[in-house]
Parts: sequence; C-alpha cells; structure tokens
Amino acid sequence: MSGPTTGRATGQMIDRGIVSDADLRRPGVRRGVRAVHAGLLVALVVVGLGPILWLAKAAITPTQDTLRAPIEVFPNGTDWANLAVAWTRFDIDLHFFNTLWLALGSWAVQLLIAVTGGYVLSVLRPVYARVLSALVLSTLFVPAVVLLVPLYLTVLDVPVANVSLINTFWAVWLPAGANAFNVLLVARFFDGLPREVFEAAKVDGAGPFRLGWSIVLPMSRPIIGVVSVFAFITAWKDFLWPLLVLRDPAVQPLSVRLPALQDYVELDVLLAALAISTVIPIAIFLVFQRLFLSGAGLSGAVKG
Amino acid sequence: MADTTVSLAVRSAPPAPSQAPPGGPRGGRVAAWIRRGGLSTLVIALPMLLCFGLFSWFPIARAVVMSFQFTNLVTAPEFVGLENFTYVLSDPLLPVAVRNTFYFAVLALLFGYPIPLLAAVAMSEVRRARGLFAALAYLPVVVPPVVAVLLWKTFYSGADTGVFNTIAGWFGAGPFPWLQHPDWAMPSLVLEATWAAAGGTVIIYLAALTSVPPELYDAAEVDGAGIWRKIWHVTLPQLRPVLFITLILQIIGTSQVFTEPYLFTGGGPANSTTTILLMIYNYAFGGRGDYGAATALSLMLAVVLAILSAIYFRTTRRWSTT
Repeated sequence: MSGPTTGRATGQMIDRGIVSDADLRRPGVRRGVRAVHAGLLVALVVVGLGPILWLAKAAITPTQDTLRAPIEVFPNGTDWANLAVAWTRFDIDLHFFNTLWLALGSWAVQLLIAVTGGYVLSVLRPVYARVLSALVLSTLFVPAVVLLVPLYLTVLDVPVANVSLINTFWAVWLPAGANAFNVLLVARFFDGLPREVFEAAKVDGAGPFRLGWSIVLPMSRPIIGVVSVFAFITAWKDFLWPLLVLRDPAVQPLSVRLPALQDYVELDVLLAALAISTVIPIAIFLVFQRLFLSGAGLSGAVKG
Repeated sequence: MADTTVSLAVRSAPPAPSQAPPGGPRGGRVAAWIRRGGLSTLVIALPMLLCFGLFSWFPIARAVVMSFQFTNLVTAPEFVGLENFTYVLSDPLLPVAVRNTFYFAVLALLFGYPIPLLAAVAMSEVRRARGLFAALAYLPVVVPPVVAVLLWKTFYSGADTGVFNTIAGWFGAGPFPWLQHPDWAMPSLVLEATWAAAGGTVIIYLAALTSVPPELYDAAEVDGAGIWRKIWHVTLPQLRPVLFITLILQIIGTSQVFTEPYLFTGGGPANSTTTILLMIYNYAFGGRGDYGAATALSLMLAVVLAILSAIYFRTTRRWSTT
C-alpha cells in the first residue's frame, strides 16, 4: 500500500541521487556542489528564517527604532513591555485562547467525522457506501469559493434546527468537519489494514462498534496523528471564514482581530501581537517536523 | 488555499459486499438487517451524514438555486432567471478582476514555479542535514497568513527607512512604492504569497525526487551522461507528472486568492489588486448584501476550477496506476 505513513521521509538517506560518487571524486564537481549547497543554505536562512527572526526582534524593539533603523539590532535597547501591553491591554490573551478553542474544537470535529466516515466507507462498507463515497468525493471538486455565501446563509439559519450559529464557535467547528480530504485520507489508510483481522473479529461476534473501538481505532494511530496536526494548524491559520461568522470581537481569533488592531495600536505592540500569534504554529511545526516534511498530508498528491 | 493545495488520488469506492437480504416478511428483514449491524453502521455514519449534509451538500445545492434568485435576506428570495449572471457579466469591474486574478496567477507561476524546483533539485543532493534545509524552506508555510501579510506590510513600508527600501538602498536603488503604486502592488502581493507557499511545493518536489529510481542514473552514466544531462534527461522527465500537478494546484489556489489583496491593499490602488474573490466578498459582505450576484460569480469561477481539478484527478489516477 502507498498510504501516507509509508511516504519516504525527506530527511532519510537515499541510495544515490543525480550526482554519483564518481562525480564527487572530481574536484571541480565537488567544489561546485559544495558552493551550490552553501549558497542554498544561506538563501534559505535569509529568506525562510530571516523574516521570522526579524519579527521576534521587532516584537521587543521600541517603535521609533523599528521605523528609523529596521535592520539594526536593538540600537537603543529592548522593550519587553510590548509583549505584556499586547497581551493584557489589547486583549491578545482573549483572542489567543479564542484561537486555541477554535482550533481544538475544529480538530475534535474533524477527527470524529474523518474516523467514523473512513471506518464506514472502508471497513464496514454498507450497500450505500458506493453512493456515499461518490458524494463525499464529489465535494473535493467544488472549490471553497462556491460554499462561501450559501454556507454563510446556512450558518445564519441552520435548517431543521432553525438556530443561528453566528458569533458562536460552532459556526467554525461544525463546517470544519465536512472535510472530504480527511475522510478519504483515513479511508485510504483503513483500506491498507489487513482485512482478515476484521473478518476474524466479526466471526468472534464483534459488532460495528466493538470492531471499531477495539480493533480499528488502536491500529489507526499514525493516520490520527496526521489528521490531527494538519487539522489544528489549518484551523489556527484560518482567516476568511472566521471573519465572516465571528463578527463580535469577544469571540474573534487572532487572525481576525489582528488586522483590526493595526489601525489603532502602535507598531511595536502590533508586531509583538504578531509574534505571539506565531509561537504556537512554529512550536507545533518543530515538534512534528518529520510529519510535515515527510509530506504526509501531501503524499497522495505525489504518489497515488 | 491550504485545503485545495492538498489532495489525493482517490480510488473508486470498494465494491459493497453483495449480501442479498434474506427473504421473508418485512419485519424479519429489518430485524436481520439490525442483527447484521446495519443499524449500528448507520449510527456510525450519522455524524458524517449530518455534517456533510448540512455544511457541504446542502450549501452546494443552495448555491445553484441562489444564483437564479434575488436574495438580500430582507425580502423573500424570488427567482429572477439569469439576471444575476447578466448583472455580474456586465459589471465593469469584472474584466478588471479577471485580468488581475489572471495576472496574479501568471506572476505566481513565474515566481513560484521555477524557484522551488531548482531549490528542491539542489536540496535532494544534500547528503547530510537535508532535514535542516527542508525545515528552513517549509518554515514560512506554518506562519499564519494574516501574520505573514501584516509583517510584510511593514517590510513594504514606502518610507525610505522601510525594511525593503533600506535593503534596496544598500544597492543604491529605491525607495520603491511597494504597495502604493498600481504597477507595483500586484507583484508585491505575489512576492509575499510566493514566500508563504513555496515551501510546500519544495516538499512535494523533494518527495518526488527521492522516488526517482537510482538505476536510471546508473544507466545514464553508463551512457556517459554528465550531471546536467542527467538532470535534463532523467530527473526532469521523471518529475513531469508532479510538475503538472503542482501547476494545476497552483492555478486553482491562486485563482481563489483573497487574504493578500484584502489585507494588503483592499483591492487598490485604483483597483489594481481587485481579484475575483474580493469581488465576490464585496457583492455579499461589502454592504450590498447581493448574495445572488455573489453566488453567480462563484459558480462561474467554480466551473472553470472544476474543469481544472477534473484534469488534476485524471492525471493523479493515471499516474498511480502506472
């Protein structure tokens, strides 16, 4: 099977690449390769890390220094108070925890739908699985832009329930669950599990609930990890949808609140707020680096 | 954009086991169905059915209906035929927005297509600490888009002490009106968008590069090929499918660009960065509340994108079977 867990990690050694050992024995080639790699490393540090380091520096630099000498490092000392001012006076704490709740809730809903959905489509396979699978798959062809307005009107007045979810976290949590990509990713992972185990469990009298809980769920830890990390980080980064449905500043996440702040907050405090908003995604990236860099969430696009 | 840039080759649904329901009275059949776990299966499927039903299938169907209706949430929706479509198509802003979106997509390809490829090919030859290279390249992707845009807005300060203008000054150039001039605004937006997205493309290419069979390079060497000829005759042809996929994914992603023009420039200066999605947003949420026109325009964009994603899926599927 070519499920997401089997994708070769990019950090892993490969047998050989374009440049052979014989090529490398030629001094000209060796120097050239070294120069390319050194240049690449410098470029990556400047372009990839540079802006983030600059943000970290500017977050604790007084506004006047950032405006007058943006490249210099602390020409007139540091100003750690920026972080505290952003956190307490401009309610970044509130928006930080709003973002956290939004991300955790979206994660929980996405995981529930992806695992139960994948389980039904791949393992249980009722007679209607074919139709259901096609319906889920078809939503992948519908770009997000089509849903924007009708989904907004749906959240404004949910059919059957007749409630408005506007300005509640549910307006973000529930639509996050309707993610066909997650469902199909989990279903594909389950397709690769040994079916004999399921059959044996069924013979032993395990119903759908027991089979799912005691057999399939313990085997699906790798795919749950992949779905979880990407669900959380996507929710943290989300902007347009929360902008539409969370109009009340008291429930807004950082991404929605920050653009509003830029109009009346001093630059150094705004940059401090930006830095605070970046800490969690970067921490998650550093902890789960292998998962991101193995292209776990992308492997399907690369190798079917 | 993240959602559309990630996708997978999908197999057709597994064939349902053909369990013919046993004959007999109707009540017996239902009981047998429940005994076989049919009811439990339905209960397990329920969260997905409800969630997709309410927040995906229903809104998609509603989009089609709404595009033929006049809806402003004040008066009851009424059917107006093709009026929304003709209204949108005759909006003088539409050609501008289409041209801007197209311009954004082309620039994004120029900036964001060759650079990740070159970086990935060079990176794939790194024998030690390749993880460090990949991590540095991917780092901007995890920065929240809003943070990235607001940070770059500071970089793009038009003052001669702005970050980029200071750097340009080292080379005796500038100061440049990064976001203030109609000719400069769009390339500036694309530059930031490329910074934010290129890392993902690099990772896709790296994964594809590691799966090039080493025997092909061995064979090319037997035929006397040097490094450049190996890149040209082995590496690039092997990457062709993934190059095509990233091309389509990038077009689908860039044609729905919103955050950059909305936060950087609000569509200005002089509408030079108004994109299709910004137009849709303004129809519906920019005070006019014209939901019919907004959905009509979304649908037209969607048809174009659906054709592209159909090509994408055909390619990934064909590729996965070869």
